[in-house]
Order: sequence, then C-alpha cells, then structure tokens
Amino acid sequence: MTKAIHHYTAIELLAELKAKRLTVLEVSKHYLQRIEKYNPVLNVYLSINQNLLEEAQAADEEIKRGSGKPLLGLLIAVKDNFLTKGLPTTASSLILKDYYPPYESTVTKKLLDAGAIILGKTNMDAWAHGSSTESSQYGPTLNPWDLSRLSGGSSGGSAAAISAQLAPIAIGSETSGSIRQPAAWCGVTGFKPSYGRVSRYGVISMASSTDSPGPITRDIADAALITSIIAGQDRYDATSSPKPVDKYLDLLTKKDLKGMKIGLVKEYLLSSMKVEVKSLIQNAAEKFKELGAQVEEISLMDPKYAIGVYTVIQRSEVSSNLARFDGIRYGNGRELFGDEAKRRIMLGTFTLSAGYYDAYYKKAMAVRTKIINEFENTFKTYDAIIGAVSPGPAQKVGATKNEPMFGEMEDVLINPTSLSGLTGVSTPCGFVDGLPIGLQITGNQFEETKILNIAKVYQDSTDFIKYPDQFN
Amino acid sequence: MDVRKISKLANLTLTQDEEDLFAKQFVDTLLVVDQLKEVDTTDIKLTSQVTNLENVTRPDFVDTTRVLSQAESLANAKNTYKGYFIVKQVIDK
Repeated sequence: MTKAIHHYTAIELLAELKAKRLTVLEVSKHYLQRIEKYNPVLNVYLSINQNLLEEAQAADEEIKRGSGKPLLGLLIAVKDNFLTKGLPTTASSLILKDYYPPYESTVTKKLLDAGAIILGKTNMDAWAHGSSTESSQYGPTLNPWDLSRLSGGSSGGSAAAISAQLAPIAIGSETSGSIRQPAAWCGVTGFKPSYGRVSRYGVISMASSTDSPGPITRDIADAALITSIIAGQDRYDATSSPKPVDKYLDLLTKKDLKGMKIGLVKEYLLSSMKVEVKSLIQNAAEKFKELGAQVEEISLMDPKYAIGVYTVIQRSEVSSNLARFDGIRYGNGRELFGDEAKRRIMLGTFTLSAGYYDAYYKKAMAVRTKIINEFENTFKTYDAIIGAVSPGPAQKVGATKNEPMFGEMEDVLINPTSLSGLTGVSTPCGFVDGLPIGLQITGNQFEETKILNIAKVYQDSTDFIKYPDQFN
Repeated sequence: MDVRKISKLANLTLTQDEEDLFAKQFVDTLLVVDQLKEVDTTDIKLTSQVTNLENVTRPDFVDTTRVLSQAESLANAKNTYKGYFIVKQVIDK
C-alpha cells in the first residue's frame, strides 16, 4: 500500500513539507475530507478551525520563504479544555457552549509560535471528569477499534483522533489517567509529562495539584518532539518548574535497555484483571529483559488506597475550581452542569466542609505523602516501573451508567503515579479480543528523557502500533 | 450527609430525584474513601502540592500584553449594562 498523507508521523510530515514534496494546503484538505467522512461516525471533533485553509496557505508561503520554525505547517488536534483565542472552547460542557476565549493557553501559544496550526478541538468528558467521554454533554466519542465501545477519557477525542488518523498530532491533558487511559484504549501513544513540566495556564482547571498537559501521538518520537516544544517554566503558572527542558527528541539515542532496572509492580496485576491482559504485561516484562534490562517484581501500596486519596483530593479541588462558573462573566448558569460535575462538586464541597475536613481531606493529604515516599524509595533503585495502564480493554458504550466511581476504577493503576506528579508513557503492548491494551512505563518526576528512551526502545523492538482497518 | 445543605454551599440547585440519587451514591463513594482509615498516617506530613517550589512570586509590574480591553472582558457575558456585568442583587434595598 502506498503511504497516504494520514499514515505519516508528525516528524515525517514535517520533513515532507520542508522538502516541498507535500504542501500544508494539501495535507489540510486531506484531513478535512477524512474528518467530514468519519467525524459523524466517531464524534472526535467538537469544532473545526474555520480558517484552516487560509492558515495552511500562509504556512506554505512561509515554508517557501524558508523558516526555522520547528512545527511549521503541522496540524494539531487540541482537547477542548485548552483556551484557544478565536476558536470555541467548551470543555464538552453546556455551560461554555458559546464561549470564545479572550486569550490563548500557554501550550497552544507555544505550538502556534512554533508554526503549528490548530485543526480542531476534540471531545472529552465534560470538564475532564471521567475516563470514558460519556460525560461529554455533546455525546461520547466512539472507539475506532469497535464502534460499540468507548474511546476512554477524559482526552478520548484526542486519542481517537490519532487512532482513526484524523490528525497527525493531538494534545490532551491528564489529571489522573486522562492521557494514558484513552491512549491505551485506542491503541496509540500517550505521554504524561511530570506535574509542573508543562504549563497549566489557559487549561480549564480540574484538579490543580495534578493537572498535566501532554501529547497523544502515533509514536514516541512525535511525543518527544511535541513535549520539547510545550514544556518549560511559564511566568503565568507559578507551579511550572524552573528546571531546564531537555531536547527530548535529540536525546532519544538509546538502542537497548542494558543497565536499566525495571520494577514490575505486583499489586498492579490485579486479581480482577483478565488473564490475557496480565500475560501481555508479563510478555512486555520479558521483552524488557531481552532488551538488556534487569526486571524485578516489586511491591507497592495497594492501589485501592490511591483511589480514596484521588477521590477526595480531586473532588475537593474540583469544587473549588468550578465555583468560578457563575454565569456572570462568561458561560451559562450552574443549572447546566451535568450529573457528573454536580456529583463531584458536591462531594468536594462535603470533604472540605467544617467537621469533615480533617477526616477526609487531611487524611487524603497524609496518605498522598506515603504514596509519594514509596515512589521516591522505589526510584532510588529502579529506573522505571511497568504495569498495565487500565485493568482491561475499552468498555462498552453505556458502561458508566450508575457507576459514579467508573473513572477511578479504570484509572486505579494510574492514580498513584498522578498523585505523585510522576511522568509516564502509555504504549501499545498487544491486543485482547481485537482491542488494544496499553503498557505504562512510569518514571520519577522530571525523568522524561529516560522514560521516553525506554518507551522508544520498546516500540522499536515490538510491532503493536496498528490502526483499525475501517479508518485506514 | 445532608445533601441539601451541601448543595446550598456548592451553589447548586438539585431536584428531589437528584438529591435522592446523590445521597445513595455518596454513601458508596465514601465507603471506598473510608478504606484510607486502614493506612497509618501518624506523624506523616501533609502533601498539598508536588512541585517542592515555595513562595513563587512575579515581578511587580503590569504586563500590558495580557490586559483585556473592556470589550474583550464583556464579550462572553450574557447580561451587561452600559459596559458593566450585571450581577444578582446581594444587598437588600
């Protein structure tokens, strides 16, 4: 099969554009045609950039003139909780149905400054509350591998955009699992940088102490490229880290895993997990050994406690962050919050209220410290830990009904790492019943370069990155 | 949990059905959270953030590049009057 435009990685596309073998205009028209054809089926995009073709032409002119911009002409799908000036931003909520942000998020600004063009805004769980996209007030995003199943979430639209090849690159955000879990369910690469590595400015806040923007891509090299652009300290986000940013792409030099020590977390092989999922993780561990790593089974705190910690901390921060939506300065009134948002605001208000603060919020903050300490100790010995991203493959449409803890149960293996601000990759590691399964490779805070290298070596020596025939 | 009282604190208006549903669901959720009691946290310090940064300040100057004009500030408001936001009356006449 000849290579179609949508089969190129971002790095390949940029090379084609630079060499003038493709124009940004043709790439844009190609993706617009695909979106027109497949978006009604999948519900990936909530809105498309109406100026795309003009911006594409301008980028082509700039390429002709010769420009050093690293992402010039690259089309990017952006999760709809990033504020984008001139493009609607709803966070998949009815409250922000007609909202046009007056300013640009730092992440999208950096991408635009690097020459990228926003293709459109992708569907998500409303306010990023969930792991399914079923809480979107504009309907769920379906899984390109099986249209009776969900894409995962909250960045489900961004993950499905890559899986169905409706964008070369997508941007997501993760509070706990919202990049890695949909990437796993859709069979693509998701990268969550450490908390504080990428600015949260202009991202509609969910849980401010764990929110982390990051890319969803076709492969690790693309993730490294995008992260090197969006990472870094931002004077508009006081929690962004002053640590210098590595040139992640240039540093993807490892050819094997010799000298690496990897921990296979025993507790993350849940008893409730399908045996086929467990064996894919065991296979991955064997692969790591083949590649020269020393893999040892390690023990961490039962992840069920992280669910409790995450539930309290996330709900508490949500109740505070969503208090600003009063329908006065922007958006509609609070009566338009969906059930999931109401539930989270209510529970967070409760756990922060007088008389319950100590029992719930303080207790959660203390257990959070214990989880962090445990990881600190682990990473003194190990370079990375591995496990499944999600207990199983994508679930059926409707799975979240009457399951107020759905997201927590699906993200049980991710919650501890997010609460600790760690960095991690979700990479395809095989299929169960024709559905992709994701492997998490997680490292210490600010060890992005190491984790990307490990994941790159794994991807280069395996053949699990596939795209569903229906959308190929 | 007094769901009605919490909804008032949260500035949310709930229907009776929602109150009943949430009351039941909160019991289930808090059962999961209550497992935290099994974890010994004696003398453990509390974590509210993971950056290890402290007292981050910015230079004390007005960054005019990010100041919104009055028109931009009001552009997304549903109810405005002569260049002002209209808010609910909170003080008795």
